[in-house]
Amino acid sequence: MAQQTYYVRDTLAEQQPAPASTTGLVGWMRENLFNGPFNTILTLLALYVIYSVAWPVIEFVFINGVWTGDDRTVCTTAAQGGIQPDGWFGGCWAYVGAYLNQFMYGRYPFEERWRVDISAILLVLALIAVLVPNLPFKRWALLFAAIVFPVATIVLLTGGHFELGGFFFGLSGLAGLSGDFAFFADLAIVALIVAGAGLLAARATGSNPGSVVVPIIAVFVGIGVIMAIFAVDFGLAPVETAVWGGLLVTMVISVTGITVSLPFGVLLALGRRSQMPVIRSLSVIFIEFWRGVPLITVLFMSSVMLPLFLPADTDFDKLLRALIGVALFSSAYMAEVVRGGLQAIPRGQYEGAMALGLTFWQMMRMIILPQALKLVIPGIVSTFIGLFKDTTLVLIIGLFDFLGQIQSSFANPNWASPVQALSGYLFAAFTYWIFTFSMSRYSIYTEQRLHTGHKR
Amino acid sequence: MTDSSQNGGVERTFFLNDPKVRAIIYQVVMVAIVVWAGWSIVDNTATNLNERGIPFGFDFLTAPSGFGINQSLIPYSESSTYGDVYWVGLINTLLVAVIGVFFATILGFLIGIARLSHNWLIARIATVYIEIIRNVPLLLQLFVWYFAVLRLLPAKREALDLGPIGLLNIAGFYAPKPIFGANTWMVGVAILIAIALGIGIRFWARRRQMATGQQFPIGWTFIGLLIVLPLIAYFISGDPITFEYPELARFGPQGGIRVIPEFIGLLLALTLYTAAFIAEIVRAGIMAVSHGQTEAAHALGLRNGPTLRLVIVPQAMRVIIPPLTSQYLNLTKNSSLAVAIAYPDLVSTFTGTALNQTGRAVEIILMTMLTYLAISLLTSAFMNWYNKRVALVER
Repeated sequence: MAQQTYYVRDTLAEQQPAPASTTGLVGWMRENLFNGPFNTILTLLALYVIYSVAWPVIEFVFINGVWTGDDRTVCTTAAQGGIQPDGWFGGCWAYVGAYLNQFMYGRYPFEERWRVDISAILLVLALIAVLVPNLPFKRWALLFAAIVFPVATIVLLTGGHFELGGFFFGLSGLAGLSGDFAFFADLAIVALIVAGAGLLAARATGSNPGSVVVPIIAVFVGIGVIMAIFAVDFGLAPVETAVWGGLLVTMVISVTGITVSLPFGVLLALGRRSQMPVIRSLSVIFIEFWRGVPLITVLFMSSVMLPLFLPADTDFDKLLRALIGVALFSSAYMAEVVRGGLQAIPRGQYEGAMALGLTFWQMMRMIILPQALKLVIPGIVSTFIGLFKDTTLVLIIGLFDFLGQIQSSFANPNWASPVQALSGYLFAAFTYWIFTFSMSRYSIYTEQRLHTGHKR
Repeated sequence: MTDSSQNGGVERTFFLNDPKVRAIIYQVVMVAIVVWAGWSIVDNTATNLNERGIPFGFDFLTAPSGFGINQSLIPYSESSTYGDVYWVGLINTLLVAVIGVFFATILGFLIGIARLSHNWLIARIATVYIEIIRNVPLLLQLFVWYFAVLRLLPAKREALDLGPIGLLNIAGFYAPKPIFGANTWMVGVAILIAIALGIGIRFWARRRQMATGQQFPIGWTFIGLLIVLPLIAYFISGDPITFEYPELARFGPQGGIRVIPEFIGLLLALTLYTAAFIAEIVRAGIMAVSHGQTEAAHALGLRNGPTLRLVIVPQAMRVIIPPLTSQYLNLTKNSSLAVAIAYPDLVSTFTGTALNQTGRAVEIILMTMLTYLAISLLTSAFMNWYNKRVALVER
């Protein structure tokens, strides 16, 4: 039987386009939204949720929102004594606009607000200089952010011209000095004592006296210069912290908390991993105590008990008390984050550093901490975010932070309306969200940038 | 290094260079500083209290408080003592914390799983929820719920009828009140018997599976027992539980159990806030189990359900539990924000009102802090124990 070949294909078939139902928008929807009955139900449910949540929000904010007006009539319905039709329910952004300055500065004197503005610009500059990678002069930027910026802001915001006094067993008082002179005399005395002790120790241990004494003197000169700047009268009108308020107070508390908690957190974390039992147990007690209590009680403590803890003549302002409470609290949290990083560094790194003959602090500064901190950047940033959100709690002890200022604005009958609270809170939520969300985005960005290991 | 026996008895280094000596010196200095600081704090406090004429002591706890508390699970009246205030506050704190933990866990797991859903919309909704809730201060959310949302409810004399669930208005939520008849104890006994039987069956099923390899649906049996037995007891004992439904009378809802709006606001805020954090923990936990585990389970012939139950979840739980614990603790500690909306928790009643009335700042704040500290330490001790049980045993 002869073989008969009917058809042999000698070219490849033309590639057909994929079926329309599997490509493009339709295909994507079939794959991601409507594959199977269960998923279809879920999708419909989700659509319903979006409709029932998103639409009222859009309606409240944009469609019914009132952007201009001078008093409560624009934000109330006819039945409530206003001009809006009955059943109207929308955001009263005119009220937010009218109070915007108060939300930002609190009762900070109007003619002095440029000082707050300059501080804000300095903060932005410091942040850019430190946070944007690949900018030159990183070292100087850090110096600016860590020393120049805080000193400048403190002087600008308070007005400077602090009264200093002797602090060392009344020694300078014996010499008839008082005020600023007494302070600097005492500082010099302490500097000499510490430097002398350092010199003796250096002699005894056979190390180079210069390498011990010079840094000590430098630190004391630095302290002296900073304190001198605080003491000088720049001609700025003093502004009590009692009139500070709004976003200013929120930023002061969070920036202080962040800058204080990082170094203290590192020290506490090192203390907790120390070989010395006393230092280790003290660190553990400190950390666990602050982490075990709510921030509210810490703030109550610092506002009620701190004045009792100190000698009767010490005058403490309210903001400073809150700052101390927040700093103690956040240091403990930071310590645990940093400890996580320290634990993740392999032992070989420690041993390698020791084998090179580095001292403990050299090892930490140059080998361990750079790696450990890099590992825990997400944790550090989320602690910062937590701290930033927690600053709202100070309104409970009677400070007017951003939220406190908004809350207190409800007392004014000029803008009283049923939508006032919701408008104010939405504005507050939006503002806080901008800050915290950008912090978390920055953390993700840094994490990816520093992710030098292998990616999958 | 300074072993003198090997270099002819000559000390080659000065004693200050010996790390051990240095360590001792550092620690002595540290102890001295701490003792000095502690002593001066105590001394200053004593002096300051003396000057202000405030005595120190805990005798005020037995004095009558003279103020009312609008929610109390134990008998409390205005003639009760400050000690009672402490207990009322503590119980209210624990109440909102426990209920909050319960709902936050359920909601958190749901949202965490939703964020991993293959359904694009569901995953996006979960992401948006998490990103909004996590990035807005809890206190602000509490204010929104209490001062903005709950204020939109009907006024005191009207109410939103939720049908069999109860009535809702600005003065709170009125739930049906169960009234237990004489034979209710039989239902309770039935529940206990069901639990005991369940444990027994589990024990037996384990043994049988070890011996023969045959499996037994323990979970379904247990749920069945737990439903059927009490139902039988309920009908045998003659329908003992009746509900007193709240009704809208002239001056507002009457009857039923009233849940104060402060509780509702606080519970809503705490639950929704903590759920967002729990969701992220759950997501991270599930993602920490590598895909190879799923593939291996499928290769062994396990279907999707058992794969999830026997392979994925036990491994994910190991990652989830430690951070979950700290979220529970956070919720408990965050419940102290109640003071901002005057829910009568520990901080609000005891550290707030009682402190203002007595002026015993040191004692009261110390007691409050130690209470929270004790709750934290106990919870973490328990969770550490549990964590050790489920932890991977490595050889």
